[in-house]
Amino acid sequence: MTSRAPSSALSPARGAQHPELAPLTNVDVERIRNDFPVLHQTVNGHPLTYLDSGATSQNPISVMEAEQEYYEQRNAAVHRGAHTLAVEATEAFEAARETVAAFVGAQTDEIVWTSNATEAINLLAYSFSNASLGLGGPAARRFGLGAGDEIVVTEMEHHANLIPWQQLALRTGATLRFIPVFDDGTLDLLSAADVVGPHTRLLAFTHGSNVTGTLNPVAELVALARKYGALVVLDACQTVPHLPVDLKTLDVDFAVFSGHKMLGPTGIGALYGKAELLAGMPPFQTGGSMITTVDMTTAEFLAPPQRFEAGTQRISQAIALAAAVEYLRETGMDRVAAWEAQLGQRLVAGLAEIPGVRLLGPGLGVERLGLAAVDVVGVHAHDVGQFLDDAGIAVRVGHHCAQPLHRRLGVTASTRASTYLYNTTDEVDLFLATLAEVAPFFGVSR
Amino acid sequence: MSDLQQLYQTIILEHSKARHGAIQLTPLADAVALGSARGLRVAESHQINTTCGDEVTLRVTLGGDIDAAVTELVWTGDGCSISQASASILTDTLRGLSTTEARALLDNFREMLRSRGKIEPDEEILGDAAAFGGVSRYPARVKCAMLPWVAFEAAVIEAESH
Repeated sequence: MTSRAPSSALSPARGAQHPELAPLTNVDVERIRNDFPVLHQTVNGHPLTYLDSGATSQNPISVMEAEQEYYEQRNAAVHRGAHTLAVEATEAFEAARETVAAFVGAQTDEIVWTSNATEAINLLAYSFSNASLGLGGPAARRFGLGAGDEIVVTEMEHHANLIPWQQLALRTGATLRFIPVFDDGTLDLLSAADVVGPHTRLLAFTHGSNVTGTLNPVAELVALARKYGALVVLDACQTVPHLPVDLKTLDVDFAVFSGHKMLGPTGIGALYGKAELLAGMPPFQTGGSMITTVDMTTAEFLAPPQRFEAGTQRISQAIALAAAVEYLRETGMDRVAAWEAQLGQRLVAGLAEIPGVRLLGPGLGVERLGLAAVDVVGVHAHDVGQFLDDAGIAVRVGHHCAQPLHRRLGVTASTRASTYLYNTTDEVDLFLATLAEVAPFFGVSR
Repeated sequence: MSDLQQLYQTIILEHSKARHGAIQLTPLADAVALGSARGLRVAESHQINTTCGDEVTLRVTLGGDIDAAVTELVWTGDGCSISQASASILTDTLRGLSTTEARALLDNFREMLRSRGKIEPDEEILGDAAAFGGVSRYPARVKCAMLPWVAFEAAVIEAESH
């Protein structure tokens, strides 16, 4: 098995959570696959090979059962009403928060439910925007931005961690700057030291790229931000589902992740914020369930996390997400990470053997997530995806919501295979063998 | 022939490389002024397929009359083989037709594409564009094939308003 040592991504405590369990093998993965009904089907006359978990992952039976059990036995609005079902629903909803918080090394009240990671980042951006208008009083002043302030992102960001900051800059007069990437898609840390400076108020970056699979050095970037007192926002959408992540060890101020990328349902995501920071932030959405006292002209708000959870919540989704987290915990995130690292290296090694295929991101032997995006030279990604789909292989094609990164790497679109704990080495090999047939089919000479 | 071979017929793959009518477009204002001096109406339309990033900018030159002839069709673009071949075949197919004839052909093409494989393409009417018959079985790709034709429709309306 390929060793991986992401110093900033692995916490020793979580890495050692299953010392008694041996590394995952294809035999274990076959057993895991039995928990995922959707994987057992035929697509275009071939067994489905699902290699698009970077976009959305599949649900184990236990997750679907948790959601069904909630609707069959406990469905009620949470945090209101005194009847038995309302109490049970509230308890299950809050227990889910505790489970998810523990999974990422956070305190329970540091996890705010959102619809997805995109909403979590927008929650931050609009809270800071409101703080810039003076809302939230003196406690919120540290989040306010104006002319002369700088927001820093990286060139590899998903649009979800770029456009909300572009818009925040437009609303507040702040300037948006970015840390460039090298030709292999890794972050240019020397430039980072020039871009981040005394005017930087906020540094937002992805933990792991959804395109190149590269992992960013969180500790170095946090240290850089701390030098200037800037807040740090981590997009952990591609890491919380795949690696042991301890947000306290990483010491970021905020982090976001999405339920549907970690074996959970759609419609649920989370914002993590350090308790003392969330306490000072003005709300984004307002309305029911987030107030203490209201009169016709004013309202006072609850403490976090309820302050940021206006309206009836995503109750069944939160409960189902907790079931997904239990599934991952029982499997062991260290084992999941090691298995996917192996699949990632197998992808990269195999791609290097196919003429006319260019890998986006770092090459063989360099730490990466269990995914790989490629450009089949002379064949558009949409055509590549069609060819693979004909063989029952599901991959993502296009710019993967990262247009600036694709432009930087000199392509408009790419084809991405992304693995999860339920993918076998045979599936990776089938993808590689089928990809090798693409250029000949489309008559592209090598 | 498999469904995939039906989708990617040889003629489509050839056109996706040959790219008839694809040029580096001059500035639109220059083309409009140049056309205007010769009694011709020039307009263009830029269309993007947001799901995959296919792009086509199609420039149409019409004669000055009512139901004018499509005298010139040029384009630039980037994208999948279906969208690029469609633009190439469009220029061969619609150049020289009157706007009424071109619109009738376009309607036939669209109806065939949206039929989910139920309507056999009529080669008498569509010519080489009949090769896109296989696309109609792939609803996700209909937009790719239609992209330049949508651009043509919009550009003609724009040119007629001049």
